[in-house]
Amino acid sequence: MNTTILLATAARILNQFRHDRRTVALMVLMPSLLLILLRFVFNSEAAFSRAAPALLAVFPFAIMFIVTSITTLRERTTATLERLMTMPIAKLDLLFGYALAFGVVALVQVLVAVGVSLWWLGLSIGGSVWLLVVIAGLDALLGTALGLFASAFARTEFQAVQFMPLFVMPQVLLCGLFAPRESMTPVLEWLSNVMPLSYAVDALTAVTTSSDITGELLRNLVIVAACGLLALVLGAVTLRRRTP
Amino acid sequence: MTSSAAVEVKGLRVHRGGRLVLRDVSCTIPQGSVTGLLGPSGCGKTTLMRAVVGVQIVSGGSVSVLGAPAGSPGLRNRIGYATQNPSVYGDLTVAENLRYFCAVLRAPRSDVARVVDEVGLGGHEGQLVSSLSGGELSRTSLAVALLGTPELLVLDEPTVGLDPLLRDELWTLFRTLASRGVTLLVSSHVMDEAARCERLLLMRDGALLADDTPSALLAQTGTGDLEQAFLSLVRESEAA
Ligand SMILES: Nc1ncnc2c1ncn2[C@@H]1O[C@H](COP(=O)(O)OP(=O)(O)O)[C@@H](O)[C@H]1O
Ligand SMILES: [Mg+2]
Repeated sequence: MNTTILLATAARILNQFRHDRRTVALMVLMPSLLLILLRFVFNSEAAFSRAAPALLAVFPFAIMFIVTSITTLRERTTATLERLMTMPIAKLDLLFGYALAFGVVALVQVLVAVGVSLWWLGLSIGGSVWLLVVIAGLDALLGTALGLFASAFARTEFQAVQFMPLFVMPQVLLCGLFAPRESMTPVLEWLSNVMPLSYAVDALTAVTTSSDITGELLRNLVIVAACGLLALVLGAVTLRRRTP
Repeated sequence: MTSSAAVEVKGLRVHRGGRLVLRDVSCTIPQGSVTGLLGPSGCGKTTLMRAVVGVQIVSGGSVSVLGAPAGSPGLRNRIGYATQNPSVYGDLTVAENLRYFCAVLRAPRSDVARVVDEVGLGGHEGQLVSSLSGGELSRTSLAVALLGTPELLVLDEPTVGLDPLLRDELWTLFRTLASRGVTLLVSSHVMDEAARCERLLLMRDGALLADDTPSALLAQTGTGDLEQAFLSLVRESEAA
């Protein structure tokens, strides 16, 4: 690993975003727009406050997954990856460069979404706002890491989009947003227990309801971060210098 | 060491998509020369080049580059490679692309201005790559290969789609680089570029038909131009 190359890669990706303002606007504003929509769908501050923590996990996660898998796939299918693989760049430099660049975008996205929820949509939280931002940010990074990993299995951008139902939808359905996880049948509860998004939602729910930083909250955070790191390392393993 | 080989390929076999696309290819590329890799589209030029730069999975044989097995980590800043499809970022400017690859290669920033000048892209530095013409795009991709101080340049059809004047300028650049000791392997599917090379590798259907100088090939086949020489070699190999 080489920090200079890693940072240059992150800067290059952010530079690419700078030339694509529409994508940046979509990434930064989309979760907030969806939250605003839902606030009016619920039509009650109390009902919105109950669902909001889960949504603050789900929307950034799903959007970062999509954007990352398509951007990475573009690198894999154009010859730029082949060229980079002949150069002195470590595979982890490239992947962590991606994670860093998308992490910056994810942080801005989450800050906007949390700000809009708190000061406009009437979300009330018991715990620390900053912890809320950290958890939602980590969760968006998890979406990025899974997107990096998933892009290895797609041949076209069309296929990459189709991975959304495979990687993202089951996690959204089982994360506790639609029904409490404890009330699910054992099989579904078990599935929900092996999906990282569930732990992000649990952590966000804990922060919004109480100001205590419990051992369980920290454990959930560690699980989310570890799953993201694992996905990144698996992404590096699926990246090959030699191809058929 | 002037006569030593920069690239040595021995009995190289490559399968792609379940088919044998390189069949026992052996050749040597002398240091400080311009070697042309010529043959019709689909004959395996790109595959051979990918094996030399170490990104191709091979089924058998060996490829040694600058004294090390192809693909060795130590070779990664000693080789410049321009892929057949331009390998630069469309959503960055010419200069932004070059600066990024400069950082990856740990080459000095001043290289950006040098390579822009060498490929004749002055004035386009601030232009978005996706808005370049085909010829400008492929020259941007070529410019990346020239960054740093590569000892071996592997250029896959770098002159396709360029006007004759630019093509001539690039061949002059290639010869200048070779005279400084850089080894160049340049592919093309048009025979009229063959005469510009010091050595030729003629390929057809995954096999090498010839590995010689242009004048030796003309003498050997008793023909007046390289297109005829190539045809004569094809007939000879089919008769055998
Ligand atoms: N990714 C691939 N998968 C399967 N077959 C391939 C692939 N790329 C090239 N080929 C086949 O390998 C052969 C040689 O291709 P290539 O080296 O690209 O030839 P050239 O560069 O001389 O046009 C062709 O028959 C081509 O169809
Ligand atoms: Mg080719």
